Amino acid sequence: MSLIGTLARLEAVESGRAQPLATVRHRHLSDRPLVLVPLTTAGEAGAPLGALVGTDPAEPRLLVVAQPRDRDLRFAFLADLAEAVVPYLDGYAGEVEAAERSETDPETGKKVKVEVELCADAPQLIVPSRAGVEYVRLLGRSTRFRRTAEDDPDTPYPAPARVPLLGRWLTHYGERARVPGSSLLLAATDLLNRHWATGQSSLEDQHLGALLAWIEAGDGESGAEAALRAELGRDAAGQLLCPPAGPATDPTFDNRLLAPAIDRYDRARQALGAAEEGELADARLGELHRAEREVRRLVASQLKPTWDAVWRCLELLRGLPAGSRVADRWTRDRWSFTGHRDRVRSGEPPQPRRDDAVTSAQKLAARETAQAQLEAQEALDDPLVLAARRLAGEAFTAEVLDVVPAWTESKRPSPRPLLTVRTGDVPQLGEGVKVYRSLDGRPQSAAFVGYEPEDGTLVLRLLDRMGRAKNPAEGTVPVKGDRIVWTLFEHDQRGGPKLPDPEDTPWTHGGPPGEPGAERPDPVTPEDLL
Amino acid sequence: MPGPRRELRQRLAELRGPAVPHPLDARALAALAANPGCRRRALLDGAGVDKGALASALGSPSSYGQSQFAFARGHAFEARVKADGGMELMRLLGVDEPGGVRVPELAAAGPQGRAARTALALREATGAGTWTLLDHPLLALEVAGSPAYLEPDAVVVHPDGRWTVVEIKSFPVLDGSADPAKVGAAARQAAVYVLALERVAALTEGAEVAHSVLLVCPRDFTNQPAGSVVDVRKQLSVTRRQLARLTRIEDIAAALPEGLSFDLEGCSAEQLTEAVEAVPHAYAPECLAACELAFHCRGRSREAGAVETLGRSVRGELGGLTTVGAVLAAARGEAGDPADPAVAALRRAQALRREAITGAVAITGAVAGAGEVAGAGAGAGAGAVGTEGAAVCR
Repeated sequence: MSLIGTLARLEAVESGRAQPLATVRHRHLSDRPLVLVPLTTAGEAGAPLGALVGTDPAEPRLLVVAQPRDRDLRFAFLADLAEAVVPYLDGYAGEVEAAERSETDPETGKKVKVEVELCADAPQLIVPSRAGVEYVRLLGRSTRFRRTAEDDPDTPYPAPARVPLLGRWLTHYGERARVPGSSLLLAATDLLNRHWATGQSSLEDQHLGALLAWIEAGDGESGAEAALRAELGRDAAGQLLCPPAGPATDPTFDNRLLAPAIDRYDRARQALGAAEEGELADARLGELHRAEREVRRLVASQLKPTWDAVWRCLELLRGLPAGSRVADRWTRDRWSFTGHRDRVRSGEPPQPRRDDAVTSAQKLAARETAQAQLEAQEALDDPLVLAARRLAGEAFTAEVLDVVPAWTESKRPSPRPLLTVRTGDVPQLGEGVKVYRSLDGRPQSAAFVGYEPEDGTLVLRLLDRMGRAKNPAEGTVPVKGDRIVWTLFEHDQRGGPKLPDPEDTPWTHGGPPGEPGAERPDPVTPEDLL
Repeated sequence: MPGPRRELRQRLAELRGPAVPHPLDARALAALAANPGCRRRALLDGAGVDKGALASALGSPSSYGQSQFAFARGHAFEARVKADGGMELMRLLGVDEPGGVRVPELAAAGPQGRAARTALALREATGAGTWTLLDHPLLALEVAGSPAYLEPDAVVVHPDGRWTVVEIKSFPVLDGSADPAKVGAAARQAAVYVLALERVAALTEGAEVAHSVLLVCPRDFTNQPAGSVVDVRKQLSVTRRQLARLTRIEDIAAALPEGLSFDLEGCSAEQLTEAVEAVPHAYAPECLAACELAFHCRGRSREAGAVETLGRSVRGELGGLTTVGAVLAAARGEAGDPADPAVAALRRAQALRREAITGAVAITGAVAGAGEVAGAGAGAGAGAVGTEGAAVCR
């Protein structure tokens, strides 16, 4: 955290309210995001307990597994989840706009422009916390290799139809969430933490309830008090007032309420199984329904506060104007969505368990580029983010004191005007260091020439974007009195050198991956509880 | 037992009161080693005070607990791994003829008896030259002057006299990788066992403790165990160093005023608060995940305005300023020496932050389109390059 961020936290401590860390919103928010609040069973991998899912804050869809160890009930849950999520995703797949992409022609090896489809908008998933993002990945992993009865009639325990598709999409979204600045899958805590500094540590900021308490504090109660209540406050029955945002549940809830309710459900089911025909069975069926309703009520009681909190978080963020470069990053997300849509449509197999060397290297390189791009764009969009870069000597604001026309000494002289500027910042400049400013949204570069010995002002030489004529085009050279932000970092990021094709993977990296054999589904043995 | 040791025992028993001592386990030791400067935790753990109950008595109950689902799952998995005389477990170690594995009986009365029985079984197994599986042995480790008893899931003795700690956890290994945080915690815990085993090995001829442990977890989404060998040399040396550094309990106890007591039954909440406050703490946010008293200490730390409540790393950039008030006063130019680099940096940061926020409010509408933020009225233009600190903070 930069010193400016630390100061914001200290001010939050003093004032009892969260302080802004950004003046604009740095992440895209869809008009109609799909919020997913999942819960899992403690100690079990891939045994969901329930979820609230939906696009309307007033009408969440409640999905509950009354006995998480029962495979059929788990499959029913996943089928319901797929019914809730897949149509939402599909709703964005149809509406497209034409776009161009440069591809290498396999015959000539030249770059050619290809007309392709780009989805006009992309679906957005919001989960409460980082653990929720990880859970989306886990759900994706646990379902994408499942086989339906249609895929393989002999498969034991066939999965419901849309479940493997759900797994592929959740995997894609979970993977995309690792790209800095992407907004396809976001955690509410990350969204809030990017834009506000609370008076607590970043560890405590992972608690959605406490985090919101700091941001929404007011009316005579300090953020610290409200956050403490969110962390530890319990009702008369000993249950947390603000249940954890999941996917883990509160152990006290598990032990005192959930476990007895699940036991009752199990007993009711056994009793129903043992019942003979007739009236007795009807009565037992009623009992089973009551028991199931009770588990549903309990799980909903843990989910609902988090559901509301996520929507409040979205509401808070909508109050901030979007940064001007957010749309650019969202376009990349749309490309990502479109790309996966195409892979699914063309019948490609699910994502492999492990990426091969080239894919991994590509992913890492893409994330590094995205990180650098995000840092540059956020600073350009937001003076408060820029302030941290100015403090670090990576950017400076300067007033233009003088402009001296100058040209290159070539046959066709090009303009290279010299600017004398004054700044209060302390940029880390050396001779020849390039600096950049934003000119109509495009970067214009200049080289640092030196300091004026008398008064310490800076001399810069403008290098480009002044047109082809001998004299610079109108408006491309600053004039005396202009205040301009210069950055020492580039505004656009270029990717690194091209990686070899998979079939040319060097032996140091495992050699060519060979024929991509279809991934086998996870073995499911009757002995497994899960 | 030597005289000073007995005196310390006596003193700690007095501090604890009549309650049964709360045993120290490996998890607590690993947590203790993570914050070796905390005298409060060292003393309370050393005296065997039930910190959870103490926190409740102080009015800051902790939210620790384990879900019975997780508990049941953990037990079921461990039982499965150890079933049939440890056949599955030995297979994970690469032993094909598990028929010849000895599983000695380790039951005995009391922790001292069990620890002695374990030491004896380890000696016998090392001499025997066959595979031996010790199921839940008990090891003694002296921590800052008081004994702690530790119970690893299992210890395997190899025919060549090597001892390997086995740690059985119920978090899954998915496609060959597991949650790094959980693996890290398991490794730290196992390192404490290795440390305790080394004390026994030092007294056993031909014995050597392996510095890598066997971590057994469920594979993917099944109940099948998957074993992975985890090198714990790093955790081992960290734990060893931290435990040696642990402020010695004698010194802490000696510094306490007479008549102080942590007797949960006999003392009022005020008396307990006073007693707890008499022992200095070293709160950091990491404590929240590792110590029952953390919420109490956090409250005190916040009252005192300590900057550590925001994270340990925050201290590093604030120089000698340790309280929220002092930092903010220095940043606003109300206090502090402008020649101090930390103060100068704070004032610059404060000036830049103010400028960005006030400027942003004024041009909120304009920001969206242009992406050009130069217009934000900079009040700091007058400062000549190089003499920032004083000039900017008007």
